[in-house]
Parts: sequence; structure tokens; C-alpha cells
Amino acid sequence: MVVTALEGVLALVALAPIAIALGASARASSIVYGACLLLTLALGILALLVLLGHASEPLAVTLPMGLPWLGAHFRIDVLSAFFLVVINLGGAAASLFALGYGRHEEEPQRVLPFYPAYLAGMNLVLLSADAFSFLVSWEFMSLTSWALVIAHHRDKDNLRAGFVYLLMAGFGTLTLLLAFGLLAGAGGAYDFDAMRAAHPTTGIAALVLILALLGAGSKAGLVPLHAWLPLAHPAAPSHVSALMSGVMTKVAVYGFIRIVFDLLGAPDWWWSLPVLTLGAASAVMGVLYALMQRDLKRVLAYSTIENIGIIFVALGLALAFKASAMNAAAALALTAALLHVFNHSLFKNLLFCGAGAVLAATGERDLEKLGGLIHRMPQTAFVFLIGATAISALPPLNGFVSEWLTFQAILLSPQLPSWGLKLMVPAVGALLALSAALAAACFVRAFGIAFLSRPRSDAARNARETDSNSLAAMYGLAALCFVAGILPGLVIDTFAPVTELLTGARMPVQGTIEWLSIVPIAESRSSYNGLLVFAFMAVTGAFAAFAIHRLASDKIRRGPAWGCGYPDAGPLTQYSADSFAQPIRRVFGTLIFSAREQGEMPEPGSILPARLTVRMRDPIWETLYAPIAGFVGYAGERLNVLQFLTIRRYLSLVFGALVLLLLVLAIWP
Amino acid sequence: MAVIHDLAFQGAQMLLVLLLSPLLTGFVRKVKARLLRRQGPPLLQPYRDIIRLMRKDVVLADNASWLFRVIPYLIFAATWVAAALVPTFRSGLMFSWTADLIALIALLGSARFFLALAGMDTGTAFGGIGSSREVMIASLAEPAMLMIVFAIALIAGSTQLSTMAAFMNSPEVGLRVSLGLGLIALVIVAIAENGRIPVDNPATHLELTMVHEAMVLEYSGRHLALIELAASLKLLLYVSLIACLFAPWGISSTTSDPALLALGSAAYVAKLAAGGFLLAVFETSIAKMRVFRVPEFLGAALMLALLAALLRFVSRSF
Repeated sequence: MVVTALEGVLALVALAPIAIALGASARASSIVYGACLLLTLALGILALLVLLGHASEPLAVTLPMGLPWLGAHFRIDVLSAFFLVVINLGGAAASLFALGYGRHEEEPQRVLPFYPAYLAGMNLVLLSADAFSFLVSWEFMSLTSWALVIAHHRDKDNLRAGFVYLLMAGFGTLTLLLAFGLLAGAGGAYDFDAMRAAHPTTGIAALVLILALLGAGSKAGLVPLHAWLPLAHPAAPSHVSALMSGVMTKVAVYGFIRIVFDLLGAPDWWWSLPVLTLGAASAVMGVLYALMQRDLKRVLAYSTIENIGIIFVALGLALAFKASAMNAAAALALTAALLHVFNHSLFKNLLFCGAGAVLAATGERDLEKLGGLIHRMPQTAFVFLIGATAISALPPLNGFVSEWLTFQAILLSPQLPSWGLKLMVPAVGALLALSAALAAACFVRAFGIAFLSRPRSDAARNARETDSNSLAAMYGLAALCFVAGILPGLVIDTFAPVTELLTGARMPVQGTIEWLSIVPIAESRSSYNGLLVFAFMAVTGAFAAFAIHRLASDKIRRGPAWGCGYPDAGPLTQYSADSFAQPIRRVFGTLIFSAREQGEMPEPGSILPARLTVRMRDPIWETLYAPIAGFVGYAGERLNVLQFLTIRRYLSLVFGALVLLLLVLAIWP
Repeated sequence: MAVIHDLAFQGAQMLLVLLLSPLLTGFVRKVKARLLRRQGPPLLQPYRDIIRLMRKDVVLADNASWLFRVIPYLIFAATWVAAALVPTFRSGLMFSWTADLIALIALLGSARFFLALAGMDTGTAFGGIGSSREVMIASLAEPAMLMIVFAIALIAGSTQLSTMAAFMNSPEVGLRVSLGLGLIALVIVAIAENGRIPVDNPATHLELTMVHEAMVLEYSGRHLALIELAASLKLLLYVSLIACLFAPWGISSTTSDPALLALGSAAYVAKLAAGGFLLAVFETSIAKMRVFRVPEFLGAALMLALLAALLRFVSRSF
């Protein structure tokens, strides 16, 4: 089966030169995206078969490539199969969306060759079973996505985004390289099976954990390694943004799970501390940043950071439970993490596609220039609303289920023996709850400003509904969000092999529980039934509508909105994105972003406008990145003198270096 | 047979909360008026208001979208379902396992999400001001509520409301510090969630001081009736919730003995009356806060609830 999967990946790679050959011809984008859609669908179905236990041999293969004495190992197990399903489902949806959206691309030859290669790179990472092919595929994925980020390279901001992204991707690969080097040990066992068999000492294991957290975390966008993400994700074309945010971050999560849960062996209790800390910090910071943004795609990118934080919190809990041999609880926490991986890939793809549709229809990403799109683009508005409700963790949609499972896992944690965790977990729970509430605020703002209210620009006033391919992709994703929300038990059951592989336990079988509820531990303890909640809401809502329309009034008149007595208040008098965020900025932002507001009122009688200036600082950029960048610049300046030496001095430099190296060799034991 | 029985009780509970909720609102208004030495509107006035609103035509703002017309039904449905799942006179309702307490809070969160969207739909400054303040209040009230749930769930060993009520009714509860902290926090959250003084004023129509009323300013006729009804249901829900968690006396578990049921119903009505009376007294004795004092008020609730949960994590005996 792994051979079939590799053939599929090879076909994706082969699409890249075909795309170059097709150039900018009119049919190029239909051919490439159509082929990508079919191939990702095939790969996804293949992976689903493996996950459901219908795998056929061989599941592992060694190809005579890569390092000459090693070969490249590829393998498909349930963990990689689960992530393959997520990635190819997202890939298929993005390709379908691109069938329509790709026509708006001005220079398709800059996007088309890299797009299938990028999909192939992500698939290859998941199929790799040795460190060498893993890192090569990882870099391949990073580079192809980098090429997509700078597809519109004439825009200065995109170039800067590409630069920061390249730096951070290099940093991430470096830390992963070091992590794998430590795992391989002195024998240089690059094969995952050999790493799994070896048991590193406590110190080495700790170092590997930290390196894996840095490497995978920088790709996933954990605070404070997230700086590149909100720049790079929005810069790419929208269907690529959807892939980067909805899918590539999941590849990073896969990398973390593979190294820490699978290769590294039995965890220590404190391993969960850095994971929980970074996860909780990402969840809250991500959504607070998102609330302060005006750019719709940047709001979505920051909200990805929040969701990655939630996933890492669940993973940290799973680590803590696993270390304390509470396998059932570990399985619950891990299921919550995997379910959120799946859910987030659905609704983030959906929301980025919606943002892309808005961008194509209006040419605007700035929330302050949108508004009223629900009248012009009713279908896009509907599916975007589904995505916004799902990501705000509201029942009966799917985002709620994974957060609910995470909360249930938190409620099991008082039984953890260590005091550090006992004090930490409630705080993490509070931060998680805070981030969930803020996420709802964030998406009320995003949807309310962009789609509701009155148009704030001509572009928004004259928008047109998007094409049918894009709509089909978005409807498909919205339907999946809905189904995963009302029938979560069926989705959870398919994850059971993964949790069994990684924690040795699984959640109780959900498919056989009556009424299809989900029950994490026991029904007397907690249960949730999305199907019935939805059915109840539908029945009561329909009953109310029917009763009222039948028995009372069903007439409607139209009139102007009440403007406190002022007639014809223009669209400028509406709440804007910035003013909507003002209360939250004042409550949370003064502390975190050092937000300062300064109002200037004109003299009484003057007709000059009043001005309100808001200043905010990005704490992480200014305390972490700016000093490092400053130091690099400073060191470069100082080292610059080396370029202008005489030949005599160069020779003495060489001599000095030689002596130094010999000394090191002599002293080295 | 047992299924029909349970179904009947579930239906009775749904009707009971729907029919009682305007009465509770009327009762609170009446007590408040009497405390101010006014005659006050009759107890049944909220029912008359709702019926009158139902009969009236709807006047929609020019810019109102389809979503604006759907939202009242969504809010009403979500709130009603949530209210129907809180044990009132009898726990062990047929569908109590559909949603536990966390899901119930999230259902109310859905209702608020859509109400805030409705406020932004017509494109006026008032709707926006209401929505943006509402989400700010919610961003503190919801985590506080969840921490309260954590604290109580860790004591009762369940997030299932019927199990929680049964545990709170049993002698093993005792007096606990974390319960006390949780109760104070829950009362603060309930006041904020229902838009009562000192967080919001349900009686005001001065635009700049409103939160809830600003969001629904553009609603009229049957839509407004549904929203008012949902607001009454929410008030009833919170009083029932506090009663069910902290005064679960008289909630019979799975009995169908008429005497016990009558006792349970009488106890429930008495608890509602007591809750409404205390709310009215509290509201008349305190002034409304400035909007930016509210975060401090709710932050206190959040900290108390966090402390309660933390105590439970640290020791089983608190």
C-alpha cells in the first residue's frame, strides 16, 4: 500500500514539470488543479483504508535513494495514515476551490508548478520512516511553500514575509536535524525503527524534547516562534493559505507526535510542562493578536496560532497522563488533540476559502473596507458563518466537541501525582476557557464587520457571488464540519488505532452507545450528544416559527434603522473593526500590547475632525526578534572589516586559525 | 412505559420553564417597584407584553439580512433547550445526558454569538456598541463560569447536572471553601450574563448605557417577543442552576410519586421566588457600574472561581 501511496506522490511531483510546460495557457490551471484534486482524493481514500484497518502489504518499503549505504525508508502506519487523511482531505478541498479561484490568478505560472510539489512534499513527510528522508521532505515542503508565499513577489510585504519565513523554516529544520542526530546516537541509526528501539538517557531525551518542540513548534506557529506565520500565510494565494494554515501546521503537529510520543520512549512527568506552557500561551496570545488585526486573512492566520495552542495543550495533557501511567486519560487527551487537528483543518480551510472568495469578489482583505457582503454573496456568507460558528467552539458544530473533550481531560488531571502539574493544569484550563470566549468574540467581529452591516467601500458594494467550484468546496467543508459536530462518536472511533499505538489505550467505543452520544469515561460522569442538541434546536426553532406564523403575525414592513433621531447616518457611523475591538483592547491590550489611546479634540466651535490615535507594541517581536536581528546587524557591521584586509593580514588570519584548530585537537580528550 | 413516563416529564419540564419564565421576570420587576415604593406593573404584565408583541407587525431595518430574521428563532431555541436541561423539580430527565453543564454553557454561548451578530447586522452605531461590549463581558464571564463548573465538577465527580444535583443533595458534600467561592463567583456571573444591575440595566433606554438593549434595538414584533422570552428563560435558567447546584433540596431523582413531585414543584417555585426576591433587593441597593469597571467585577469572579478550582486540585478536602 505504501508503494501505491508513493506512486501517487510521484504523480503529484510529476505534475510540476507538466505545469511548467503548460505555462500560462488558459487550461493549465484546470488541468493542474483537477489532477491535484483526483490525486489527493485517491491518497486520502488510501490512507483512510489503512486507518480503518483494511491495509494490505507491504506497509513499509526501502528505496535505493538518498544516502547510498542507507536507502530511503517509507512506511505507512495508523498515525501517518490519520494525518494523511487530514492533509489530503484539505488538499482536495483546496484544489477544488482553486479550480474556480485559480482563474483570478494574474500570473498562474508562478503558482501552478509549486502547488502539486507542495502537496507532494507534505505527503512525503508523513510517509518517511527515517530521519534523512523526513528532513529532506520537510525541507522540500518548506521550500515549495516558500515559493508559493512569494508568488506575488512584487509586493514588498510579501518579500519580507518570504524572508522571515525562510529564516524561521531554516531554524526549525536545524533544530529537528539536531533532535534526530541525538536520537540516532553514536551509531548513526537514522531509521525510525532503530530510534524507537534505542532508549536515550534522561538528559538526551530532555534535549530531544526541547529541540522537537522548537522545531515542530516553529512550523506549527507556537508562541513565541510564530512570528513568520501571520506574515507568510496571508501572503500566499488564498487556496495556498488554506493549505498552509489548515494543513501544513498539522504536518508539524505530526512531527512533534512522531518524535515525542513514538520515537522518544516513555515520558517523564515534567515533559508536559513546556508543552502546556507554550500551548496555553499560544492559545491566548494567538486569539488576542487576531482580535487586533484588520486584515481578514491575518485574523485567520493568528487564529491558527490559537488553535495550534489548543492542540498542544491537549498533547501536553496526554504526555502528563502517559507519564503517570493513566492510559485511559492519556487516550482521551490524545483523542481530543487529534479531533481538534481534524476539526481545525476543516474549518480553517473553509474560512480561508471564504476569505479568498471575498478577496476575489472585492479585491479587499481589509475589514474596514468590507461590509454588507451577506446581501451580495449570500452563499459565501452562509458557509463562512458555519465556519465561524465551528471555530468559536459553539454547539452543535464540530469545534465544540474537541474543546469539550479537552475540558473533560482537564477534569481528570487532579489525579496526577505531581504537584507542579496540579498547580499548572487549572491555570491552563482557565487560559483555554479564556481563549475559547475570545475566539467567539474574534469571529463575531470578523463575520459581523465583513459580511453584516452596511458596505464600507464601493468594492464591497459591487461584490458578486463567487463561482460554483469554490462554493462546492466550501459547502463540502461546511457539511463535514456539521457532520463531525453532530456525529462525533463515529469520527472518534476511527482514531482509536492511533491512540492505541501511542498510549496503549483507547476511548470507549462510541459507535454503539445509544442515541450516538459521546461518553469519554462513563455516562454518569459526562456525555454529550450533538445530534440531539441539533435535533432539539431544530424542532423547537421550527415549532416557534410555525406557531408564531400560524397563530400570531407573519407580516413584515421595511423602514430605516433608528439612528437616535439623526436621519441618513452614513456607513461611516457604523462600528468599525477597530472600534469593535476597543473594549477588549482596553481590558487585555493595555497589559499585553501596551496599547495606549490618545484622543485629540478640536477647540469648541472648530470644524476640524477629532482624532483618536492608538499605539500598540508587539511584545514578542520587540523583546525577542528585534534584539536578535539587531545583534546580527551589529555583528555583521563589525565583521565587515574582514573584507578589506591586506594579503599579509589574511595570511596571518589563516595561520592563527590553523594554530587554534591544532590546539583544539591537542586539548580534545 | 418508562420511556413514555420520562418523555412526559421532559415535556412537562420544557413547558414549565417556558410558562414560568415571564412570571419570574414580572415578579422581579414587581418587587423592585415595591422596594422603591411604587405600585409597579402587574405580575402578569410580561405575558401581556409578549402576546402584544407577537401580534404586531415586524418592522425590519432597510439593511437587515436573512440572518437577522433567523436569529431570534435560533436564540430562542438554544436558550429553551438549555433551560429544559437544568433539573428543576425532578432530576433524571430523559435527555439530561444530551448536554452536560459545559455543553449547556456553550449553548448559551451560541445564543450570545448570534445575538451579537444581530446587533451588527443593521449597520448602526448602537448595535455595534452593544455587540462589542457584550463580547467583552462574555470574554470574562464565560471563563469564570467554566472555572466554577470545574470546581463543582471536581467535587461531584461529574459534569452531568443530574449527577451533580444528586451529589449536592447527599450528606457527603459538607461545607467546603471551594463551594463558597464558587457560589459567589456564580452569582456574579449570573448577574453579568443576564444583563442586570450593576453590569447592565434591563430597564434603561438611554442608548449609551445599554448593552443587551442596544443589540436588540432594531428588533420589533414577534422577533422582539422571542428575544424577550429568551432573556426571561435565561434568567430562569440561572436561578434554577444556582438552586440546583447549591440548594438542591426537594429535587427528587427518578420518582414518579405524586406527593414527592408536588413537594419538588413547590420547593422549586419557592426557590425561584427567593432567587427573584434576592435579585430585586440586590439590584435596588446598588448603582450601575461604568462599562470599564465591569471587567474588574468579572475579573474578581474569574479569580474566585480559579481559586476554587485550584483548591480542588491541591486537596480533596477543600
